[in-house]
Amino acid sequence: MRPRSPSFGRVARTVGPVLIVVWTAVPLLWLLSLSLKGGDHINDGRFWPAAPTMQNYRTVFRTDLFTSALRNSIGISLVATALSVVLATLAAYAIARLDFPGKKLILSVALAIAMFPTISLVGPLFDIWRTVGLYDTWLGLVIPYLSFTLPLSIWTLSAFFREIPWEMEQAAQVDGATPWQAFRKVIVPLAAPGVFTAAILTFFFAWNDFVFGISLTSTGRARTVPAALAFFTGASQFEQPTAAIAAAAVVVTIPVVAIVLVFQRRIVAGLTSGAVKG
Amino acid sequence: MAAITVEHVEKRYDDGYPAVNDVSLEIGDGEFVILVGPSGCGKSTLLRMIVGLEDVTSGEIRIGGKRVNEMAPRDRNLAMVFQNYALYPHLTVFENIAFPLRLRKLTAGEVRRRVEEAAGVLELTEHLERKPGQLSGGQRQRVAMGRAIVREADAFLFDEPLSNLDAQLRGQMRTEIARLQQRLGVTTVYVTHDQVEAMTLGDRVAVLRKGVLQQVDTPRALYERPVNLFVAGFIGSPSMNLLPAAAFPVVSLDHPDGSRDLVVGIRPEHLADEALVDPSERGRGITFEVQVEAVEWLGAEQFVYVPWEAPGDLVEPLQRLAAELDRELTSLWLVARIDPKSDIHRGDKARLWFDPANLHVFDAGTGERLTAPRLRGYVPEHQDTAGH
Repeated sequence: MRPRSPSFGRVARTVGPVLIVVWTAVPLLWLLSLSLKGGDHINDGRFWPAAPTMQNYRTVFRTDLFTSALRNSIGISLVATALSVVLATLAAYAIARLDFPGKKLILSVALAIAMFPTISLVGPLFDIWRTVGLYDTWLGLVIPYLSFTLPLSIWTLSAFFREIPWEMEQAAQVDGATPWQAFRKVIVPLAAPGVFTAAILTFFFAWNDFVFGISLTSTGRARTVPAALAFFTGASQFEQPTAAIAAAAVVVTIPVVAIVLVFQRRIVAGLTSGAVKG
Repeated sequence: MAAITVEHVEKRYDDGYPAVNDVSLEIGDGEFVILVGPSGCGKSTLLRMIVGLEDVTSGEIRIGGKRVNEMAPRDRNLAMVFQNYALYPHLTVFENIAFPLRLRKLTAGEVRRRVEEAAGVLELTEHLERKPGQLSGGQRQRVAMGRAIVREADAFLFDEPLSNLDAQLRGQMRTEIARLQQRLGVTTVYVTHDQVEAMTLGDRVAVLRKGVLQQVDTPRALYERPVNLFVAGFIGSPSMNLLPAAAFPVVSLDHPDGSRDLVVGIRPEHLADEALVDPSERGRGITFEVQVEAVEWLGAEQFVYVPWEAPGDLVEPLQRLAAELDRELTSLWLVARIDPKSDIHRGDKARLWFDPANLHVFDAGTGERLTAPRLRGYVPEHQDTAGH
């Protein structure tokens, strides 16, 4: 038999992933290389830095603008994530298990909120926050992050809860658990993949947000990294801050990559091990 | 350990449908009672009311003399084995069994001692560190039982625990459950639709139909003196031959009220090949001739099938009964389970013999048994009928 020429499908299966990896990895590598370039080399037209230096990293960590923004970003994102996961878990459980009037309405309104364009809210929020004193505070950012991430978290989690056989919980109750104990010791661990998914979505939303970050803050009190990057000046006022911004961007990308690597495993493992089968 | 009393208990859903209809049942301390019936008869609902997972619409449930209607499941001190085992997949076998003990805040040493003891009894010792997902069906079943026995609960409740196992394993686990119950002497309520489980496991069997209790009695009494057509058709395998009396002219029967239709029942195993009946016995019984349509020889036994003609209006109540019992009754068949030595062949004219003492007579309209006194646990005022 004559050897078959590689079919289009096979070529696509090989070339496709390579294209996607190049497409996504090149900008990141570029960012990394830029952050390692010294002041004079930025415009040298090379992809790889000729003389890699950590100077830009030292610079950004010495800048108050960046360190306070990093602190704010971490704090606000963690608070928003924790609150969102706890609230979403309780709400999703109620939606999955209880029958109450208006359940469908809550779910559809929640979805509608998630679809809302963020930019349309910035103006009104700016005015309201200034009036009520939430402008330029952590809470002032946590609240909008919550309202945008809760709906999606609730949807994700209620889907997970629905998958868990109700008997699991009834068994726990017969075994002597209060409803709260049954929820905490049996249901939540079983829904863990869903909880992680919700947590990651929320964290990323808060961590990556630029629109709220730049509009609802004015000082280092609450300004987050994506917003702070816009105010970067570099080591001296006369220096192009490109390399420093690149270094700061690399620093804020690290947690995202780390989280994905750590939790992705758990999510995939949780989804495939049949953890919710009786 | 405790006795369980169910008194005039009713369960009605929002649409008014009574899933359990005025059931009264007394389960003695240490007794093994089976709730049996076709699907939808309310047996699981009754069990779940006892354990507290369903509300009681009216009536009273008492455990050890104490009313439990308003108690949460966790306060009733009952252990339950669910149909799909309901093991906690994120916990090891050890932690699954230990779960109820941990909730009671027992010391670590005491938890270990009791879990290991239960695991020993159930031959789970080498699997204690595994997760339920890594176990076979039978092992999962045993873990579920382990979780029940470590509790030192007042009663065990089983909800069709063997229905997810294959036939061989089911037989094995059945023996194991019986052995365990005898050893522990704990009051046990066991729901099943499998009448072999019902007959072999229970001290007494309660037969339910559409939420109404039909008869509560020992397996032997249910088999020998079923109170109505439903119980007669449900208990016994293969099931009792039920024929309109008018189409079975072998015997003549007088209904006390004269005008009503009768149904006669005879179990396949009570029919014999006349040639093999001891001549001294023969005169005591009734012999009749049939045209054999099919014969199944199985080594230890032999089945003979005889078609039976009857007018449609007489057969109708029987067909309805068959549908209710999830059985098929396409035409009337008389099934005889006879000695494998018998020489009856397909197409033969054969002579079958039976002892009239084994004949059951029922009223075709009400379904009620006419030859036996009414039995214990039978609630006549709520009796439903096969003929409606």
